[in-house]
Amino acid sequence: MPRDIKGGNGNMKNIDQLKQLARDQKVSRREFMSTVTAMGVTVAAASTMWSSSVQAAPKRGGKMRMGSAHGNTTDTLDPSTFNNGGIIQQGYAMRNHLSEVDNNGTLIPELSSGWEASDDATEWVFTLRKGVEFHNGKTMDANDVISSMNYHRGKDSKSAAKPLLAPVTELKADGKDKVVFKLSGGSADFPYIVSDYHLAIMPADASGKVDWQSGVGTGAYIKEKFEPGVRSTYKRNPNYFKAGRGHFDEVEFLTITDVVARTNALTTGEIDAMSRCDLKTVHLLKRRKGVKVEEVTGTLHYTIPMHTDVAPFDNNHVRMALKYALDREVLLKTILRGHGVVGNDHPISTANRFHNGDLPQRSYDLDKAKFHMKKAGLTSLSVDLSAADAAFVGAVDAAVLYKEHAAKAGININVVREPSDGYWSNVWLKKPWCMVYWGGRPIEDMMFSQSLATGADWNESHFSHKRFMELLVKARAELDEPKRRAMYYEMQKIVNMEGGTVVPLFANYVFAMSDKVHHDPKMAGNWDMDGDKSLERWWFG
Amino acid sequence: MSQIVKLVAQRLALGLLTLFIISLIIFLCVEMLPGNFSEAILGQAATPETVAAFNRELGLDLPPHERYFTWLFNMVQGDFGRSLASKRELSELLGYRLENTLFLASVAAVIAIPLAVTLGVLAALYRDSFYDRAVNVVTLSSISFPEFFVAYILILILAQNLGWFPAISNINDELGFWEKIYRTALPAFTLTLVCVAHMMRMTRAAIINLLASPYIEMARLKGLRPGRIILKHALPNALAPIINVVVLNMAYLVVGVVLVEVVFVYPGLGQLFVDSVRSRDIPVVQACSLIFAMTYVLLNLLADVLSIMSNPRLLHPR
Amino acid sequence: MTMPVSTSTFGGQASPWVSRIAMASVHFFILVLFLQNVAADTWSAVIGLLFAHLYSVMALTYWNRIDRTAAGDTVIVTVTLEFVLIAVIFWERSSAWPWSTLFGLGLVQVCAFAAVRYWKDLRQAPKSAWFGLIVVLIYVMVAAMAPVIAPFSETEIVGSEYDAWNNEHLLGTDNLGRDMFTRLIYGGRNTVGVAFITTVLAFLIGGLGGLLAAAMRGWVDQVLSRMMEILMAIPSFIFALLILTIVGTSVPSLIMVIAVLDATRVFRLARAVAMNVVVLEFVEAASLRGEGLWWIIRSEILPNVLPPLVAEFGLRFCFVFLFLSGLSFLGLGIQPPTADWGSMVRDNATLITYGDITPLLPAAAIAILTIGVNFVVDWFLHKASGLKD
Repeated sequence: MPRDIKGGNGNMKNIDQLKQLARDQKVSRREFMSTVTAMGVTVAAASTMWSSSVQAAPKRGGKMRMGSAHGNTTDTLDPSTFNNGGIIQQGYAMRNHLSEVDNNGTLIPELSSGWEASDDATEWVFTLRKGVEFHNGKTMDANDVISSMNYHRGKDSKSAAKPLLAPVTELKADGKDKVVFKLSGGSADFPYIVSDYHLAIMPADASGKVDWQSGVGTGAYIKEKFEPGVRSTYKRNPNYFKAGRGHFDEVEFLTITDVVARTNALTTGEIDAMSRCDLKTVHLLKRRKGVKVEEVTGTLHYTIPMHTDVAPFDNNHVRMALKYALDREVLLKTILRGHGVVGNDHPISTANRFHNGDLPQRSYDLDKAKFHMKKAGLTSLSVDLSAADAAFVGAVDAAVLYKEHAAKAGININVVREPSDGYWSNVWLKKPWCMVYWGGRPIEDMMFSQSLATGADWNESHFSHKRFMELLVKARAELDEPKRRAMYYEMQKIVNMEGGTVVPLFANYVFAMSDKVHHDPKMAGNWDMDGDKSLERWWFG
Repeated sequence: MSQIVKLVAQRLALGLLTLFIISLIIFLCVEMLPGNFSEAILGQAATPETVAAFNRELGLDLPPHERYFTWLFNMVQGDFGRSLASKRELSELLGYRLENTLFLASVAAVIAIPLAVTLGVLAALYRDSFYDRAVNVVTLSSISFPEFFVAYILILILAQNLGWFPAISNINDELGFWEKIYRTALPAFTLTLVCVAHMMRMTRAAIINLLASPYIEMARLKGLRPGRIILKHALPNALAPIINVVVLNMAYLVVGVVLVEVVFVYPGLGQLFVDSVRSRDIPVVQACSLIFAMTYVLLNLLADVLSIMSNPRLLHPR
Repeated sequence: MTMPVSTSTFGGQASPWVSRIAMASVHFFILVLFLQNVAADTWSAVIGLLFAHLYSVMALTYWNRIDRTAAGDTVIVTVTLEFVLIAVIFWERSSAWPWSTLFGLGLVQVCAFAAVRYWKDLRQAPKSAWFGLIVVLIYVMVAAMAPVIAPFSETEIVGSEYDAWNNEHLLGTDNLGRDMFTRLIYGGRNTVGVAFITTVLAFLIGGLGGLLAAAMRGWVDQVLSRMMEILMAIPSFIFALLILTIVGTSVPSLIMVIAVLDATRVFRLARAVAMNVVVLEFVEAASLRGEGLWWIIRSEILPNVLPPLVAEFGLRFCFVFLFLSGLSFLGLGIQPPTADWGSMVRDNATLITYGDITPLLPAAAIAILTIGVNFVVDWFLHKASGLKD
């Protein structure tokens, strides 16, 4: 399996990867020892490392009963409408993508064996993995890939992934196992984009019509029964192309939206793992015998965007005053019960590659808030903040807390409770200041392009900044990592200092499982439940 | 007998009319639900264009009366339409859920009805004894508990502490009959506790009412044992009101189980209804409401007919 | 259900010793509250006293028209005094929901009146009825005096989440760190209050409709009956879910929706009972005399259908109460941060998994009240049917 270990990752990372290989039984003990000792590890240490890695080696078998907080009766197998963690998890179990964000957060090839870009990053060639079979026995080829991608393009597409593929101007096969994407502009992160959960590869007929209805894919599990919003069952794909993945013989996927029922089910052994623990009682759950609680910091975050072209938010001093007038620590403690990290007024998470850790953390500072108020020529300020729990659970509480904090700086926030119905269509992007939830994106470019680029559909703060846009376009096509890093750092700083979005919190993914369930030491933070790939990554010990 | 046929026909016609008006009311209600399906399912991705495209695809851009008549027309022909979301045939989706709901209702009824009637008869037999009063207090208390309270207590004791029954009712077709019953036990117990009181009190009242009548007096004077009097003489004549209350409780078991289904994550019609209201899956909401209303109307009809049939005087009016 | 007209179902006089005890305790209570209030605001206390006099004179005049006893009068006067004084004090002390406080106190007063008047019946009441009455009385008192009894304010966050029971927080804290005991008290006031208003409204709509249908018959009866039948054929919980999603879940819409749905049941009973009365000779005689429709309803029909309706009121109240908590449980009832027993169970239900019974307390509170009301209704029905024989 060709793993991309390029670019100064350091020894530690290589060792981790080697351990992983050992677990997956893809290196022999001899190979492992020689490589690890060559890295400067003593023989004794290398030996224990080997045995601990192999002991933790995944075992095949068992029936995984997964209790998911998400899933609706309205869910379908159509990846273009996937909109919740439950169906995304099942999608990842049934199907694969051209690339994959692995459990370490690294991008690795999945259905492709690698990719190459032109120098300006406008043309990408993906070489497909050979001999991969769909569940129905068909061999995957370029036609399937192209048809699967085209399913989201086109004028009539209602796919949520349509904007992702908007830069693709041409898509063609180069032989049976090469696919060429031509883009309207350079995009260094294009291989990341094709790992998106919408862009699953499905079997297609000669006319290019994809078959999503059957749920046939190349994934680790074959669909048996699919009762959306209730229960689905899967069995292991015996021909799964990925080694060391897909360990359960059977999977039973249950939607249990009620957190009490879900917790009851886990503690009484009705299910083996659950997503979304109740944050308020998770400390009690941790004490239960036979249950372990896991927590991963991801890209999920909350934002409070102000329309930067609407008074009084068009004055950056007003925005700064508001940013300083919020006690994030209190919010973290009350809204997330500490299960998260405070945000720094930009949407890039510590789980992202280019998170700017040098940027000083913004804190609750009444003096600075008052200073900026003065600079803006104001002695007092009264603004409306729209909130509903549709934005995120606790959004209204958060708004009320914000009001209390800001009042001390002479800012009067008037909390407007909006109806939860139609919040996303009537409040978000419409009201000048409101509460918003973002699943976040694993890639800086995606995050910035969607939420902060001039003219973007979801530019919730109407942010328009010349230097920022320059950098966005330049960084997108820049293949040299240190240079890109510098650019993304600068962009985060710009948003932090001049942006119209208050980013108070990044939320952790908190989930629990029976102690019989094992997983790799590091779990992915790009989605809930180990990047929503827990079904193929976890195993019974 | 022909009179009964006539009566049933009359009631049936009235029931159909009622159902028609109900379908209209439900349709209007559903029309007025804030937000629409496209917005609900697209969520954050709902832009005016995508919503419009979606609405067009689903035929939601047609005027309401047109949609109503199309729906009604199809409904009359037994075509419930398709779920907006999954495009699945509703008859298939609803059939499975309705089956589950009916299963739960029947398990509960099988436990509750004999229990209620026995308790009621015994209470009438030992009227004003300690037993009578105790049963009275206990059943009155159980009717006073909110369903979710009963459900949670049962979960706490029988699932968490004792581990006898599963805390959630995860049932499916592949399970054997007894396994299915085992997994349905807790919701069924909950429903039993909630509806036994009503039936038991009615049975007791009906029998006690009869005990004052002359023919019972006669039987008593003949020296028959009280148990025999009640079973042979009083009970058959008290059947009408008992059947009435039993059937009405059956209706409750089918349509009133929303809360219990939510607590136990039981895949029944009630859960489906709540979910569909939330996601604005209009055909499902309409079909569910109509099924509920139909159950209600039909069971009421059944109650009427049965009480007429069990009462000779009503059966053969002067 | 036929009863002699214009003879009170209940009758009797207060025994002297009850009134003495009642008087003594009420005096004591007034004194305590009075002294407490004088320190805070003298003027309001004085005005309160003046109004109290006025009110008690009026009450006495009215009471004089019915049979009376000296003891009863004294108690009534003192209770009135107490009522007005407390009302004033509450007006001063609590800014939130002053009307509900007044309302609750009014109920307390009515209870006291009734207790004095119907003492003889009460003494013969079975233990279960006594239990029920005491439970109801305690609930009304607690609901009325919530701001005074509760140690914290309704929505204030006073501790960390899910604190265990301790001296400061008697029943611990809830999922947001609010005092559970306080929430329980306020929840009682809100839930009971809303349920009561809803039931009253349902009886006004349904009862009036039923009587009207029975008295007028003909097309009015037909139209009303068919309408109600159709409304009844839609399962009420499902219908309420649908409508509340449409109109939103504010307290007024909650009250209206449940009241209308419940009115259908009241209508059926009221109509059925009234139908039996309408065919009796004295009603016919009255209409032959040329009495107006309202006069007949008010003076001939209403007194005779009242006992079953009052019993039904108790049962309906319980149903509405359970209905309301069920809706709250699904998140469609009284909205947070207002305390409400149904949603309190829901919000804190995770604790049950860990064997903590705190979240069951609100549910138990609901159950105890419904049991209490049911006991009272049982007794009342028993009395009513006893008179029939």
